[in-house]
Amino acid sequence: MHHYVGLIVLFPLIGLIVNGLFGRHIRSERVVGWIGSLAVGIPFLVAAAILYGMLGSPVEERSNTVTLFTWIAAGSFQVNAAYQVDQLSILMTLIVTGVGFLIHVYSIGYMHGDRGFWRFFTYLNLFIFAMLNLVLADNYVLMFLGWEGVGLCSYLLIGFWYEKKFAGTSITWTGDAANKAFWVNRIGDFAFMLGMFLIFREFGSLTFSTVMDSASSLAPGNSTMFWITLLLFIGATGKSAQIPLFVWLPDAMAGPTPVSALIHAATMVTAGVYMVARNSLLYALAPDTMMIVAVIGALTAIVAASIGLAQNDIKKVLAYSTVSQLGYMFLALGVGAFTAGIFHVMTHAFFKACLFLGSGSVIHAMHEEQDIRKMGGLAPVMPKTYYTFLISSFAIAGFPPLSGFFSKDEILWSAFSQGSVLLWAVGALAALMTAFYMFRMVTLTFLGTPRWAKDKHPHESPPTMTIPLIVLAFLAVTGGFLGIPAALGGGNALHHWLHPVFERALDRLPTAHEYSHMTEYLFMLVSVVIGVSGFWFGRKIYLANPDADDTFAAKAGGVFRTLSRKYYIDEGYMRGIVNPLVATSDRFLSRVVDTALIDGFVNGLAKVTASFSGVLRLVQTGVVQSYASMIVVGLLLVLGLILLG
Amino acid sequence: MQQLLQDTLATAPLGVTILLSLVVILLHSFVKNSERAQAMVSVAGLAIAAAAAFWTFPMRGTAFSGMVMTGGYASAMSVLFIAGAALTILLARDYLGKIGADFGEFHILVLLAVTGMMAFASGLDLIVTFIGLEVMSVCLYVLAGMTRGRLEANEASLKYFLLGAFATGFFLYGIALIYGAAGTTNLAAIAQSASARAQDPLFLAGCGLLLVGFAFKVGAVPFHMWVPDVYEGAPSVVTGFMSTAAKASAFAAFMLVFIAKFDIAHGRISLALAMLSVASMVLGNVVAISQTSIKRMLAYSSIAHAGYMLIGLAAGTPAAISGVLFYLLSYLFTNIGAFGVVSIIENEKQENVSIESFAGLGTRRPLLGALMSLFLFSLVGLPPLSGFFGKYYIFYAAIAEGYTWLTIVGVLTSMISIYYYLRVVVVMYFRSDTDATAVPVTTLGTASLLLSAAGVLVFGFFPRLITDIADTLF
Repeated sequence: MHHYVGLIVLFPLIGLIVNGLFGRHIRSERVVGWIGSLAVGIPFLVAAAILYGMLGSPVEERSNTVTLFTWIAAGSFQVNAAYQVDQLSILMTLIVTGVGFLIHVYSIGYMHGDRGFWRFFTYLNLFIFAMLNLVLADNYVLMFLGWEGVGLCSYLLIGFWYEKKFAGTSITWTGDAANKAFWVNRIGDFAFMLGMFLIFREFGSLTFSTVMDSASSLAPGNSTMFWITLLLFIGATGKSAQIPLFVWLPDAMAGPTPVSALIHAATMVTAGVYMVARNSLLYALAPDTMMIVAVIGALTAIVAASIGLAQNDIKKVLAYSTVSQLGYMFLALGVGAFTAGIFHVMTHAFFKACLFLGSGSVIHAMHEEQDIRKMGGLAPVMPKTYYTFLISSFAIAGFPPLSGFFSKDEILWSAFSQGSVLLWAVGALAALMTAFYMFRMVTLTFLGTPRWAKDKHPHESPPTMTIPLIVLAFLAVTGGFLGIPAALGGGNALHHWLHPVFERALDRLPTAHEYSHMTEYLFMLVSVVIGVSGFWFGRKIYLANPDADDTFAAKAGGVFRTLSRKYYIDEGYMRGIVNPLVATSDRFLSRVVDTALIDGFVNGLAKVTASFSGVLRLVQTGVVQSYASMIVVGLLLVLGLILLG
Repeated sequence: MQQLLQDTLATAPLGVTILLSLVVILLHSFVKNSERAQAMVSVAGLAIAAAAAFWTFPMRGTAFSGMVMTGGYASAMSVLFIAGAALTILLARDYLGKIGADFGEFHILVLLAVTGMMAFASGLDLIVTFIGLEVMSVCLYVLAGMTRGRLEANEASLKYFLLGAFATGFFLYGIALIYGAAGTTNLAAIAQSASARAQDPLFLAGCGLLLVGFAFKVGAVPFHMWVPDVYEGAPSVVTGFMSTAAKASAFAAFMLVFIAKFDIAHGRISLALAMLSVASMVLGNVVAISQTSIKRMLAYSSIAHAGYMLIGLAAGTPAAISGVLFYLLSYLFTNIGAFGVVSIIENEKQENVSIESFAGLGTRRPLLGALMSLFLFSLVGLPPLSGFFGKYYIFYAAIAEGYTWLTIVGVLTSMISIYYYLRVVVVMYFRSDTDATAVPVTTLGTASLLLSAAGVLVFGFFPRLITDIADTLF
């Protein structure tokens, strides 16, 4: 079945070409929307068929490479346009196409009436195409192509409503937000490239399987591996919004909400997690980087969650929540729980996509209002949105037996059993905050008395929007059953499925300390208590007093302001990095180096060349005799060179 | 008899093209106003010749007592000439009528030129090489002066003829000297004793004269003087044909004689080739900057491209040959396309086109503008277009042979070329048009431009399609 992997990538390409070339002439939004959606839905079916084929074959035959053509060949260096179909990439493909399809369908309703309707679907298909290349690539170069491709789509879609204002730190337009995302990602992408160059220098190949085969003979603690993995991880901090490069993601909310759901929650931002997991063997050989990954992950989880406590824009809360959840995933990778990280990628895709789409439904109903302080009492008006949002909130807060419980609990347990108590404590505190801000948001948005103006008439969204919500909510409930831990009598199917991919990496990690099931139950209980108390406090405080934030601000003004201003990180970057950089560029690099030195040199050279050119053309007299004599001169020179040289 | 049949079959591309020229001559003589039919018959016949070339590709060997080469290299080169001729004939349909030169002779001359090219590029005996060269050249002299009413065309034709005859004299004298030294004109026989004669001044002087003859035909500095005048004066489609197919055949014969057979491209001759290459790259690119006429600009660009390909000849390895072959193919599609666009603009403006005539093309004719940009970007050598890989393979082979300095000159002069190629793009997209009279382009013209563009793109994305074949030429 894996031979059909080309089809998975082909359909989004077709969709993008059809909508991109002819979309503007297609009158019917439905046709454009369904072309775009099917271009993602059909690959999902193909991927499902491939998965079915893999399930039916023995473990050792589940990983296959399908080469389409040789892309670059120069001497010993060869890069193929080839796809690696294995347990990990097919899982990611299913997430990307499955969740992607639902979000495409949702967009038909959400983008209704937008004059860039066809453009939107073209970009979305381009995104899916790039993302599939990223997860299916069998080498770093093709992966990087996808990596840059999704970055481009992210840029195009954040700035989709390029005429709209958007407020942020030093940001006034959606275009600024798009630029910010692009620039911050450049830092990470540059590190990714350096990592790639180092890999090529070290292994002489950029194909995953070749690199991993050569790496498996290395001993842990190799310093080159440290730099390779660190550089790749810096790449991941850009794309997956980790400290210190996470600042672009909250501003990326300037894009249409389906984009936030698809790109900035469910798929693209998890590319970094996937990339680290794909290189798990290299990371296992660099224990120091693993430690850095774990610490950065835990820090990001708690910093972002704490910022989320004090945000009032419904999408901003979700954005910080995404950053925080991505932190969990890196925490898992850092302690060597690769499966747990990927497991959380999957469950997070379900519940966070549902939450974002739900927020889109709310924003739609409230006529582009995003401030949760001006909402309230929406539950009876839009019950489908409310219940799906509520279910997903329970999932992210870690209520058993919803999906978030299993994946988050596995991460926290691994943080303790394979990492340290400190990592666990940070993760657990972040989990408490998560549950709190989620139910603060649910309460302020849907419960209590309406605080919106009388002229607004919120309504439930059309079925193209609510059906994806229901499907995603269903997945948010059931998605965790793939990974029920042994302690709860489950088989942890996902763990077994992915084990061959991570086997070589896990062999090189120190074996985890064995704890009894009793200890594990205790930690689970703590997780549940954390989730429930976050829920209880969040709900109680804000139901009783929707303006409770004012009370906090009055009592602990400094802390509250720091949180709501996001620790002044953006301001710090502006003052510490951006402004000095701009000043240096303007005053020194631009005026002195560029204008005076480089331009002077280049223009001078151009002038010399041009005047040279003007003189030389005079030789071209148009007189045949002089041409013939030139031939004779040339002949003498050639003969002289040959006979006397 | 058996042998004769075999030889005829193995040289089928040549035979088919000769028969085709005869058919078109008859058609022209007996059917009045059959220009359109002649064009169609020519293209169809060329398709058959191309099929014959593919069919004979595996028949690597010699035919007619070792006089011509068959299969492999010869077949591959034939396909190149056929493609160039077919695209030229298709593009010429609109153009010739509008400039009042829709003569049936055009097709006959193009087809006969192709037969000359095939003989030129596959001759294993210097006499065959010479006959091929002359058949091709005489056709081109006439083609250059097709528009009898235009003064520049007459001038171009006459200049080309005079200087061509002059260069032919050197070529023939070179053959005579080599014959004097080796006692034969058969390349294989000469090659056997070539290394023994590496110091023989008679032989070396013969090689030098031969080299000058080839260098004239490929338009290398300092034997390039005819190029700007002839390219400018000749009808644009003919210029496209001359700068691609004719240049390709000269290069093909050049490589066959000097590298594949004599194998003396090392040492002194290699140095001479490198010098010609540097002179062509520098002069071609530098002088192109100050041109205002687009055809002259492209003429100097063509000199520069000859310089890049000469790098490959100086390196002289099989990898370099395959690189030059790729370059020729890429250049064929790119330049025929570029001159095709020029010919359309020429019809539109009814004048000799300057670069300024392209103003506003990007908005007035989005498709033409985009195609022209594509061709220009490929001429610059930007990835992922085929022009990039042409340069890449040649430079790669040159560095492997130790010609790093030559490659550096190549890269630096390519940078100069960006200026004058992209200036056209700038004019097309950032300058508005003064007088817009859009002449409709027929489907035929558009189709051949799109075909050229497809070549530029496909060979850029899948260079292996060609390099795989190029590795199995001999």
